[in-house]
Amino acid sequence: MQQLINFFIRKRHFLLFCLLVLLGLYFTFQSRSYHSGKYLSAANGLSGTLLSWTSGIGEYFDLKAQNELLQQENSQLREAVGNVDSVYRRQAMRSSLFADVDFIPAKVIDNNYSRTKNYLTLKGGERDGVQSGMGVVSPNGILGIIDKTSEGYATVLSILNTQSSINAKLTKSNHFGTLQWDTRDPNVVQLIDVQRLAPLAIGDSIVTGGRSTIFPAGIPIGSIESYELDQSGNYYVVQIRLFNDMTSLGPAYVIRIADAPEIQELEASIPDEE
Amino acid sequence: MKNEVISNSVRFVALLLLQVLLLNNIALFGYIVPFLYVIYILRFPVSGNRTVLLLSSFLLGLLVDVFSNTGGVHAVASVCMAYSRPFFLKTSFGISYEYNVVKIIEMPLGGIITYVLGAVLVHHSVLFCLEIFSTDHLLLILKSTLFSVGFSSLLILISFILLGSKKR
Repeated sequence: MQQLINFFIRKRHFLLFCLLVLLGLYFTFQSRSYHSGKYLSAANGLSGTLLSWTSGIGEYFDLKAQNELLQQENSQLREAVGNVDSVYRRQAMRSSLFADVDFIPAKVIDNNYSRTKNYLTLKGGERDGVQSGMGVVSPNGILGIIDKTSEGYATVLSILNTQSSINAKLTKSNHFGTLQWDTRDPNVVQLIDVQRLAPLAIGDSIVTGGRSTIFPAGIPIGSIESYELDQSGNYYVVQIRLFNDMTSLGPAYVIRIADAPEIQELEASIPDEE
Repeated sequence: MKNEVISNSVRFVALLLLQVLLLNNIALFGYIVPFLYVIYILRFPVSGNRTVLLLSSFLLGLLVDVFSNTGGVHAVASVCMAYSRPFFLKTSFGISYEYNVVKIIEMPLGGIITYVLGAVLVHHSVLFCLEIFSTDHLLLILKSTLFSVGFSSLLILISFILLGSKKR
């Protein structure tokens, strides 16, 4: 017995070594089976906290790369959303006067709103089917009309341009007017030449009139903020707060009306009476 | 004596954090990871309690395992290294090392190199054999072991030289 105890004392390091190795091997092989314990993995509380804390520090080092990645993803998602939106809108437009209305996704890459003649720049040009004279809308409302185009880009005559005049109507009564801008507030435009008989109420919404071959009828523009009769006393001047925030624009859609050339040709063939 | 316990504990914690937070993220050429936490075992006092060394090595290895999701391979490798340490001390610093060696980093460089290379080789061989654990990948085991031994040893020796230089 004494010898046995002596043996253990003499060989205690070796025995401890064997024990620890066996324990380590047990942990090793246990971790390789699918139903392993969770205590010895990096998913446990202490090491998980520490690792997420350090990755929090590490994140600062590749913020730039991450940002670029996110931007990329964002633009892809935006594209996807644009596509979904345009499909949805296309279906909604089927019932309108123009049977074939296409929404070409584009992106506002430059935006002016502080001058009197403001232009936007779109990423999306002839390659995508954008042509001069087409209407441009954002998910919230109209933006303007395509002015010049290049292979991949296009400029837009913004509704915030004193040269812009777009046909619009009241949703409720179908009274028409012309949309103009008095350069004062980038989010407020004016609807002029509205018949005195038109029933107006603050908060009523204004949509595109559909009298032109640029915009189909019913695209939202804004809501009535205030109104007053003009100097002649026969027409209203209506202040309209835009649904769009013109100072912050992103995705846009160019509207292609398939029948537009045909209609324009037909109208051009009518001799000018004046 | 108390001083030694404290400095050992500090080294234990500091090397663990260094390993899991910094070095585990380094993979030179894609597969060479330096394992510097073994410095704890290398620098454990020569006259220190062997049982304590074995147990603390096991714990250190196991903690590294926990952070790197490797089960128990570091624990086994560390225990093997700790157990074989007297052998390498003997071959590097002579039979009577227990009387000659006060601090390992203050010994002659030749002895230190032999000691570090031998001990690290044991640790890394066990580590990679267990981690890869397949005879199909003998070449990979050999390659990983050799390159990592070289890299780890180099860094360990540099740290020894830097720390020992002010006393030399």
